[in-house]
Amino acid sequence: MMELVCPAGTPAALRAAVTAGAHAVYCGFADETNARNFPGLNFSREEMAGGVAFAHARGARVLVAINTFPRAGGEPLWHRAVADAEAAGADAVILADLGLLAHAAEHHPGLRRHLSVQAAAANPDAINLYTEAFGVRRVVLPRVLSVEEIAAINREIDVETEVFVFGGLCVMAEGRCSLSSYATGRSPNMNGVCSPASHVAYAEEGPELAARLGGFTIHRTPKHAPAPYPTLCKGCFTSGAETGHIFEDPVSLDATRLIPALARAGVAALKIEGRQRSRAYVAQVVRSFRAAVEAQEAGRPLPEGALARLTEGQATTTGAYAKTWR
Amino acid sequence: MDLTIGPNAFFWDAAAVDAFYARLAEAPVARVAIGEWVCSKRLPFWQDAIAAAVERLQAAGKEVALASLALVTLKRERRLTADLAAAGLTVEVNDLTALRHIPDGTPFWVGPMVNVYNESTLRWLARRGATRICLPPELPLASIAVLAAAGREAGVAVEVWGHGRLPLAISGRCYHARLHDRAKDGCQFVCGEDPDGREVDTLDGQKFLVVNGVQTMSQSTASMALQAEALRAAGVAALRLSPQTGDFAGICRDYAELLAGRMTGAALAASLVGRVPGGRLSDGFPAGPSGAHWSGAA
Repeated sequence: MMELVCPAGTPAALRAAVTAGAHAVYCGFADETNARNFPGLNFSREEMAGGVAFAHARGARVLVAINTFPRAGGEPLWHRAVADAEAAGADAVILADLGLLAHAAEHHPGLRRHLSVQAAAANPDAINLYTEAFGVRRVVLPRVLSVEEIAAINREIDVETEVFVFGGLCVMAEGRCSLSSYATGRSPNMNGVCSPASHVAYAEEGPELAARLGGFTIHRTPKHAPAPYPTLCKGCFTSGAETGHIFEDPVSLDATRLIPALARAGVAALKIEGRQRSRAYVAQVVRSFRAAVEAQEAGRPLPEGALARLTEGQATTTGAYAKTWR
Repeated sequence: MDLTIGPNAFFWDAAAVDAFYARLAEAPVARVAIGEWVCSKRLPFWQDAIAAAVERLQAAGKEVALASLALVTLKRERRLTADLAAAGLTVEVNDLTALRHIPDGTPFWVGPMVNVYNESTLRWLARRGATRICLPPELPLASIAVLAAAGREAGVAVEVWGHGRLPLAISGRCYHARLHDRAKDGCQFVCGEDPDGREVDTLDGQKFLVVNGVQTMSQSTASMALQAEALRAAGVAALRLSPQTGDFAGICRDYAELLAGRMTGAALAASLVGRVPGGRLSDGFPAGPSGAHWSGAA
């Protein structure tokens, strides 16, 4: 069966995901070492050990994301995170940085290493480089690939692949985007944040609500309409005569219907985005995806519409997987 | 400190490329990386101009490297990347795909799209053969100083993005085509209509970004005119100047004057405002609260 890898932003979400049927959860420490470094999220060392014990007792695995790029002069913080993940009993660490991969391979050879999507390894040559140099065992693929490209990659590599199937969608190559730091000074690579709330300001201006990030207007919405969070690449901008979502429509990824194709493409694990989500949301998504991968494994048709409620009022896309961008 | 010219980010035709490198050969720059690093679809239109440009630059005494693609997904792109490594010139690695094809120990350069954020990564690349690394533009001065010191120890020259619209993001999706309601495969090369990128403003008319095919850049032109002294003190070996239209060779000369102490940073900055596309400068990544910030007079 394809492994279902589920987000756990908090210990409560970890327990909810495991209870709902996650084969594995991924989570991070509460600092800048992981790419979801949001206030109120993530795990202390004690919570991590407790989470691992809870998951292992129920047959689930825990993958610890240490996937920002260590700060020059500050690498010991990241080295400690790898050591502490191993001490907590983590089943793998998810890494992106060359230097940190080299460190983990040398000092923690028994700790399984996954390559984070933040490393943006988008073809067999790049993946094989990471495999040979650092003994990476699984690669989380960038969301810029189609199912056919994923299948082609799997034919040329010897390690497992994991792909995102549900949740928020980065349309830029992950780990290679500094839009957020251009506007705010804080970036996914350095700080584990994108379009941080600390730099968001809303202002009522006439009949509209303007949402700004670092002083740049990202959206203007009618005052009583729902105002989307001003994530930079999902904003509304003007270029020449065109005004609209220049980079990305505000959609979320739902590749449920592509699960059979992804299975045929040789994908080992399906990943759900959303460490910032509530445990109720996580539990619901996990339950329906678990049903879907079990149906897939048994050769039954996928259950219909299980996730409709979660994406209600929100458009979804199969992203690059179905190649509509090409 | 000296000057490196990065590969051109934009889609120019072969005649424009030819004229550009002819003028650049006369400019006081130490080295040049040349090649298509943004979109492989553009390459057939100008690749025939590369060999002549390389020859001309080398004859003018400049070191030359071939730049690799920054995002490699297609088979054809993997072949192109492998071919680069076999071309006999130094390769500038813009994605680790290229590194896979460079024999261990063969010298190479590293471009700004490769994530070199810390000493361990720098040392790992140095052990593989890196002799020159242009740091990611978003790094603050404190990190630059640590990496420049690590570079000196490891025998790696550390470069900083010195001039040009900033490469902020790259995508599998082409925004230029999207703006024209075209899919990437049917783009009809519309990015060629905007030789410095197409401006994207906020709904309040703030100048913000430009799209350049699959790449998103800053609308402002980053300039280290006012930071050159601090970067030199930090141990930076070179400023990287990124091609733009207009009198780029003249801009190179003025940066050379700045490094030689014959022109002040303020004078250079003042002269650049009228010479860069869009007329706005920034230096906030090394020196300010955010990348878009400019430390000089508005």
